[in-house]
Amino acid sequence: MGQGILLSADNLDFMIHGVFSYTLFGQTVWFTTSHVCILIVFLVMIGFFIAARITMKHATEVPGTFQNIVELIVEMLDNMIGNTMGQWAPRFRNYIGTIFIFILLSNISGLFGLRPPTADYGTTFALGIITFTLIHYNKFKHQKVKGVIRGLCDPWPIWAPINIIGDFAVPVSLSLRLFANVLSGLVMTTLIYGLLGKIALIWPAALHVYFDLFSGAIQTYVFCMLTMTYVSDACTTE
Amino acid sequence: MDFNENFILGCSAIGAGLAVIAGIGPGVGQGIAAGHAAAAVGRNPGAKSDVTSTMLLGQAVAETTGLYGLLIAMLLLFVKPLV
Repeated sequence: MGQGILLSADNLDFMIHGVFSYTLFGQTVWFTTSHVCILIVFLVMIGFFIAARITMKHATEVPGTFQNIVELIVEMLDNMIGNTMGQWAPRFRNYIGTIFIFILLSNISGLFGLRPPTADYGTTFALGIITFTLIHYNKFKHQKVKGVIRGLCDPWPIWAPINIIGDFAVPVSLSLRLFANVLSGLVMTTLIYGLLGKIALIWPAALHVYFDLFSGAIQTYVFCMLTMTYVSDACTTE
Repeated sequence: MDFNENFILGCSAIGAGLAVIAGIGPGVGQGIAAGHAAAAVGRNPGAKSDVTSTMLLGQAVAETTGLYGLLIAMLLLFVKPLV
Protein backbone atom coordinates (compact mmCIF):
# COMPACT_ATOMS: atom_id res chain seq x y z
CA MET A 1 0.00 0.00 0.00
CA GLY A 2 1.19 3.45 -0.72
CA GLN A 3 3.91 2.47 -3.15
CA GLY A 4 1.47 1.38 -5.85
CA ILE A 5 1.98 -1.27 -8.47
CA LEU A 6 5.21 0.29 -9.67
CA LEU A 7 7.19 -0.93 -6.70
CA SER A 8 5.24 -4.13 -6.13
CA ALA A 9 7.68 -6.10 -8.23
CA ASP A 10 10.72 -6.85 -6.08
CA ASN A 11 13.18 -7.06 -8.93
CA LEU A 12 12.49 -3.52 -10.11
CA ASP A 13 15.72 -1.70 -9.50
CA PHE A 14 17.33 1.07 -11.47
CA MET A 15 18.66 3.14 -8.61
CA ILE A 16 22.31 3.82 -7.82
CA HIS A 17 23.61 1.82 -4.86
CA GLY A 18 26.48 2.62 -2.56
CA VAL A 19 29.30 0.09 -2.43
CA PHE A 20 31.26 1.55 0.50
CA SER A 21 31.65 4.95 2.08
CA TYR A 22 34.64 6.86 3.35
CA THR A 23 35.18 10.19 5.05
CA LEU A 24 36.93 12.98 3.20
CA PHE A 25 37.41 16.38 4.89
CA GLY A 26 34.57 15.61 7.28
CA GLN A 27 32.18 14.65 4.48
CA THR A 28 30.87 11.14 4.01
CA VAL A 29 31.56 10.21 0.40
CA TRP A 30 30.05 7.15 -1.23
CA PHE A 31 31.72 4.91 -3.74
CA THR A 32 28.69 3.88 -5.81
CA THR A 33 27.84 1.43 -8.56
CA SER A 34 28.26 4.28 -11.07
CA HIS A 35 31.92 4.49 -10.15
CA VAL A 36 32.29 0.76 -10.67
CA CYS A 37 30.67 1.00 -14.10
CA ILE A 38 32.83 4.00 -15.04
CA LEU A 39 35.92 2.05 -13.96
CA ILE A 40 34.88 -0.88 -16.14
CA VAL A 41 34.28 1.45 -19.11
CA PHE A 42 37.68 3.10 -18.48
CA LEU A 43 39.42 -0.27 -18.33
CA VAL A 44 37.83 -1.32 -21.62
CA MET A 45 38.83 2.01 -23.18
CA ILE A 46 42.40 1.80 -21.91
CA GLY A 47 42.71 -1.79 -23.09
CA PHE A 48 41.44 -0.80 -26.51
CA PHE A 49 43.81 2.18 -26.70
CA ILE A 50 46.82 0.09 -25.68
CA ALA A 51 45.93 -2.57 -28.22
CA ALA A 52 45.47 0.12 -30.88
CA ARG A 53 48.83 1.68 -29.98
CA ILE A 54 50.64 -1.64 -30.24
CA THR A 55 48.93 -2.41 -33.54
CA MET A 56 49.68 1.00 -35.04
CA LYS A 57 53.35 0.72 -34.05
CA HIS A 58 53.63 -2.30 -36.28
CA ALA A 59 51.24 -0.91 -38.89
CA THR A 60 51.37 -2.70 -42.20
CA GLU A 61 50.71 -1.41 -45.71
CA VAL A 62 47.78 -3.77 -46.12
CA PRO A 63 45.84 -3.34 -42.85
CA GLY A 64 44.69 -6.31 -40.84
CA THR A 65 41.29 -6.53 -39.21
CA PHE A 66 42.05 -4.63 -36.01
CA GLN A 67 44.15 -2.00 -37.75
CA ASN A 68 41.30 -1.50 -40.20
CA ILE A 69 38.84 -0.93 -37.35
CA VAL A 70 41.14 1.56 -35.63
CA GLU A 71 41.77 3.47 -38.85
CA LEU A 72 38.02 3.52 -39.54
CA ILE A 73 37.24 4.99 -36.11
CA VAL A 74 39.98 7.61 -36.31
CA GLU A 75 38.99 8.63 -39.84
CA MET A 76 35.33 8.89 -38.88
CA LEU A 77 36.08 11.06 -35.83
CA ASP A 78 38.53 13.19 -37.82
CA ASN A 79 35.97 13.80 -40.54
CA MET A 80 33.23 14.66 -38.06
CA ILE A 81 35.40 17.08 -36.09
CA GLY A 82 37.00 18.60 -39.18
CA ASN A 83 33.65 19.24 -40.83
CA THR A 84 32.24 20.96 -37.76
CA MET A 85 35.16 22.91 -36.33
CA GLY A 86 37.06 23.79 -39.48
CA GLN A 87 40.36 25.52 -38.63
CA TRP A 88 40.02 24.82 -34.89
CA ALA A 89 39.74 21.06 -35.38
CA PRO A 90 43.39 20.07 -34.66
CA ARG A 91 43.33 21.58 -31.16
CA PHE A 92 40.18 19.82 -29.96
CA ARG A 93 40.49 16.54 -31.85
CA ASN A 94 41.89 14.64 -28.86
CA TYR A 95 39.31 15.81 -26.35
CA ILE A 96 36.25 15.41 -28.60
CA GLY A 97 37.41 11.98 -29.79
CA THR A 98 37.95 10.81 -26.23
CA ILE A 99 34.58 11.94 -24.91
CA PHE A 100 32.89 10.54 -28.01
CA ILE A 101 34.28 7.07 -27.35
CA PHE A 102 33.66 7.38 -23.61
CA ILE A 103 30.00 8.45 -23.91
CA LEU A 104 29.34 5.88 -26.63
CA LEU A 105 30.82 3.05 -24.56
CA SER A 106 28.95 4.26 -21.47
CA ASN A 107 25.64 4.37 -23.31
CA ILE A 108 25.95 0.94 -24.85
CA SER A 109 27.27 -0.62 -21.64
CA GLY A 110 23.59 -1.20 -20.76
CA LEU A 111 23.71 -4.01 -23.30
CA PHE A 112 26.25 -5.84 -21.16
CA GLY A 113 24.20 -5.66 -17.98
CA LEU A 114 25.88 -2.63 -16.45
CA ARG A 115 23.95 0.39 -15.24
CA PRO A 116 25.03 2.99 -17.81
CA PRO A 117 27.32 5.52 -16.06
CA THR A 118 25.71 8.32 -18.07
CA ALA A 119 22.42 7.55 -16.28
CA ASP A 120 24.00 9.21 -13.24
CA TYR A 121 23.69 13.00 -13.23
CA GLY A 122 27.14 13.32 -11.68
CA THR A 123 28.82 11.92 -14.78
CA THR A 124 26.97 14.00 -17.33
CA PHE A 125 27.20 17.17 -15.25
CA ALA A 126 30.97 16.72 -15.06
CA LEU A 127 31.06 16.49 -18.85
CA GLY A 128 28.86 19.58 -19.06
CA ILE A 129 31.18 21.52 -16.76
CA ILE A 130 34.20 20.58 -18.87
CA THR A 131 32.36 21.92 -21.93
CA PHE A 132 31.48 25.12 -20.02
CA THR A 133 35.10 25.61 -19.00
CA LEU A 134 36.31 25.03 -22.56
CA ILE A 135 33.78 27.51 -23.96
CA HIS A 136 34.68 30.30 -21.56
CA TYR A 137 38.45 29.68 -21.56
CA ASN A 138 38.45 29.94 -25.35
CA LYS A 139 36.12 32.92 -25.30
CA PHE A 140 38.47 34.88 -23.03
CA LYS A 141 41.50 33.68 -24.98
CA HIS A 142 40.28 34.57 -28.45
CA GLN A 143 37.78 37.38 -27.99
CA LYS A 144 39.58 39.06 -25.05
CA VAL A 145 37.69 40.75 -22.22
CA LYS A 146 36.34 43.44 -24.54
CA GLY A 147 34.80 40.94 -26.89
CA VAL A 148 33.25 38.98 -24.03
CA ILE A 149 31.63 42.11 -22.60
CA ARG A 150 30.42 43.10 -26.04
CA GLY A 151 28.97 39.61 -26.46
CA LEU A 152 27.15 39.88 -23.14
CA CYS A 153 25.55 43.21 -24.07
CA ASP A 154 24.53 41.81 -27.42
CA PRO A 155 21.46 43.71 -28.56
CA TRP A 156 21.45 46.22 -25.70
CA PRO A 157 23.24 46.33 -22.33
CA ILE A 158 19.91 45.66 -20.56
CA TRP A 159 20.02 42.19 -22.10
CA ALA A 160 23.11 41.18 -20.07
CA PRO A 161 21.34 39.23 -17.27
CA ILE A 162 19.47 37.14 -19.80
CA ASN A 163 22.70 36.44 -21.70
CA ILE A 164 24.40 35.36 -18.45
CA ILE A 165 21.51 33.01 -17.64
CA GLY A 166 21.77 31.67 -21.18
CA ASP A 167 25.50 31.01 -20.68
CA PHE A 168 24.85 29.06 -17.51
CA ALA A 169 21.97 27.15 -19.09
CA VAL A 170 24.31 25.61 -21.67
CA PRO A 171 26.04 22.98 -19.45
CA VAL A 172 22.80 22.26 -17.57
CA SER A 173 20.78 21.58 -20.70
CA LEU A 174 23.65 19.65 -22.32
CA SER A 175 24.04 17.35 -19.34
CA LEU A 176 20.32 16.98 -18.60
CA ARG A 177 19.64 15.98 -22.21
CA LEU A 178 22.16 13.15 -22.14
CA PHE A 179 21.19 12.08 -18.61
CA ALA A 180 17.43 12.04 -19.20
CA ASN A 181 17.73 10.16 -22.48
CA VAL A 182 19.84 7.38 -21.03
CA LEU A 183 17.78 7.28 -17.81
CA SER A 184 14.49 7.03 -19.72
CA GLY A 185 15.84 4.07 -21.69
CA LEU A 186 17.08 2.44 -18.49
CA VAL A 187 13.76 2.94 -16.69
CA MET A 188 11.78 1.67 -19.66
CA THR A 189 13.77 -1.55 -20.03
CA THR A 190 13.76 -2.10 -16.24
CA LEU A 191 9.98 -1.69 -16.12
CA ILE A 192 9.53 -4.15 -18.96
CA TYR A 193 11.79 -6.73 -17.31
CA GLY A 194 10.35 -6.16 -13.85
CA LEU A 195 6.64 -6.12 -14.64
CA LEU A 196 6.53 -8.58 -17.54
CA GLY A 197 9.16 -10.90 -16.09
CA LYS A 198 7.74 -14.13 -17.45
CA ILE A 199 6.87 -13.03 -20.97
CA ALA A 200 9.76 -10.65 -21.56
CA LEU A 201 11.80 -13.27 -23.32
CA ILE A 202 13.32 -12.36 -26.69
CA TRP A 203 11.43 -9.34 -27.95
CA PRO A 204 13.03 -6.84 -25.47
CA ALA A 205 16.10 -7.11 -27.74
CA ALA A 206 14.31 -4.63 -30.02
CA LEU A 207 14.01 -2.22 -27.09
CA HIS A 208 17.71 -2.60 -26.36
CA VAL A 209 18.56 -1.89 -29.99
CA TYR A 210 16.51 1.29 -29.86
CA PHE A 211 17.32 2.59 -26.37
CA ASP A 212 20.91 1.46 -25.96
CA LEU A 213 22.32 1.46 -29.47
CA PHE A 214 20.29 3.96 -31.52
CA SER A 215 19.43 6.47 -28.81
CA GLY A 216 22.87 6.16 -27.22
CA ALA A 217 24.67 6.78 -30.49
CA ILE A 218 22.41 9.72 -31.38
CA GLN A 219 22.89 11.33 -27.98
CA THR A 220 26.66 10.84 -28.16
CA TYR A 221 26.69 12.50 -31.56
CA VAL A 222 24.49 15.34 -30.31
CA PHE A 223 26.62 15.97 -27.20
CA CYS A 224 29.85 16.08 -29.19
CA MET A 225 28.27 18.13 -31.98
CA LEU A 226 26.91 20.75 -29.59
CA THR A 227 30.20 20.90 -27.67
CA MET A 228 32.08 21.45 -30.93
CA THR A 229 29.62 24.08 -32.12
CA TYR A 230 29.78 26.04 -28.89
CA VAL A 231 33.56 25.83 -28.61
CA SER A 232 34.24 26.83 -32.21
CA ASP A 233 31.70 29.60 -31.77
CA ALA A 234 33.67 30.85 -28.75
CA CYS A 235 36.94 30.68 -30.71
CA THR A 236 35.63 32.79 -33.57
CA THR A 237 36.37 36.48 -33.30
CA GLU A 238 34.15 38.78 -35.26
CA MET B 1 -3.93 21.16 7.52
CA ASP B 2 -2.02 17.94 7.36
CA PHE B 3 -2.52 15.23 4.78
CA ASN B 4 -1.47 11.67 5.20
CA GLU B 5 1.32 10.21 3.14
CA ASN B 6 -0.86 8.21 0.77
CA PHE B 7 -2.81 11.29 -0.26
CA ILE B 8 0.42 13.10 -1.13
CA LEU B 9 1.72 10.08 -3.04
CA GLY B 10 -1.51 9.92 -5.03
CA CYS B 11 -1.32 13.60 -5.87
CA SER B 12 2.35 13.13 -6.84
CA ALA B 13 1.29 10.39 -9.25
CA ILE B 14 -1.32 12.70 -10.81
CA GLY B 15 1.31 15.42 -11.05
CA ALA B 16 3.71 12.99 -12.71
CA GLY B 17 1.04 12.11 -15.23
CA LEU B 18 0.42 15.78 -15.96
CA ALA B 19 4.16 16.46 -16.25
CA VAL B 20 4.68 13.96 -19.07
CA ILE B 21 2.03 15.78 -21.14
CA ALA B 22 5.11 17.85 -22.03
CA GLY B 23 5.84 15.02 -24.47
CA ILE B 24 3.25 16.38 -26.90
CA GLY B 25 5.39 19.35 -27.91
CA PRO B 26 8.56 17.47 -28.89
CA GLY B 27 6.41 14.89 -30.70
CA VAL B 28 4.87 17.54 -32.91
CA GLY B 29 8.19 19.32 -33.34
CA GLN B 30 10.11 16.20 -34.30
CA GLY B 31 7.38 15.24 -36.73
CA ILE B 32 7.57 18.63 -38.42
CA ALA B 33 11.37 18.37 -38.60
CA ALA B 34 11.19 14.86 -40.09
CA GLY B 35 8.56 15.98 -42.61
CA HIS B 36 10.66 18.89 -43.80
CA ALA B 37 13.74 16.66 -43.96
CA ALA B 38 11.79 14.18 -46.12
CA ALA B 39 10.77 17.01 -48.41
CA ALA B 40 14.38 18.22 -48.61
CA VAL B 41 15.64 14.74 -49.50
CA GLY B 42 12.90 14.52 -52.15
CA ARG B 43 14.08 17.76 -53.72
CA ASN B 44 17.79 16.98 -53.49
CA PRO B 45 18.50 13.26 -52.98
CA GLY B 46 22.26 13.84 -53.19
CA ALA B 47 22.29 15.67 -49.84
CA LYS B 48 20.62 12.81 -47.99
CA SER B 49 23.36 12.21 -45.38
CA ASP B 50 23.77 15.90 -44.57
CA VAL B 51 20.02 16.38 -44.25
CA THR B 52 19.69 13.31 -42.05
CA SER B 53 22.43 14.34 -39.62
CA THR B 54 21.08 17.89 -39.38
CA MET B 55 17.58 16.53 -38.78
CA LEU B 56 18.76 14.18 -36.04
CA LEU B 57 20.69 16.98 -34.31
CA GLY B 58 17.70 19.31 -34.40
CA GLN B 59 15.34 16.62 -33.21
CA ALA B 60 17.57 15.70 -30.31
CA VAL B 61 17.71 19.34 -29.24
CA ALA B 62 13.94 19.70 -29.59
CA GLU B 63 13.51 16.60 -27.44
CA THR B 64 14.96 18.39 -24.41
CA THR B 65 11.73 20.02 -23.25
CA GLY B 66 9.95 16.69 -23.25
CA LEU B 67 12.79 15.20 -21.25
CA TYR B 68 12.44 17.95 -18.66
CA GLY B 69 8.81 16.87 -18.20
CA LEU B 70 9.95 13.28 -17.87
CA LEU B 71 12.52 14.29 -15.26
CA ILE B 72 9.85 16.09 -13.20
CA ALA B 73 7.68 12.98 -13.37
CA MET B 74 10.58 10.77 -12.26
CA LEU B 75 11.40 13.10 -9.38
CA LEU B 76 7.78 13.09 -8.22
CA LEU B 77 7.52 9.30 -8.44
CA PHE B 78 10.85 8.09 -7.12
CA VAL B 79 12.47 10.87 -5.10
CA LYS B 80 9.12 11.90 -3.53
CA PRO B 81 10.14 15.47 -2.60
CA LEU B 82 6.74 16.34 -1.15
CA VAL B 83 6.34 13.47 1.31
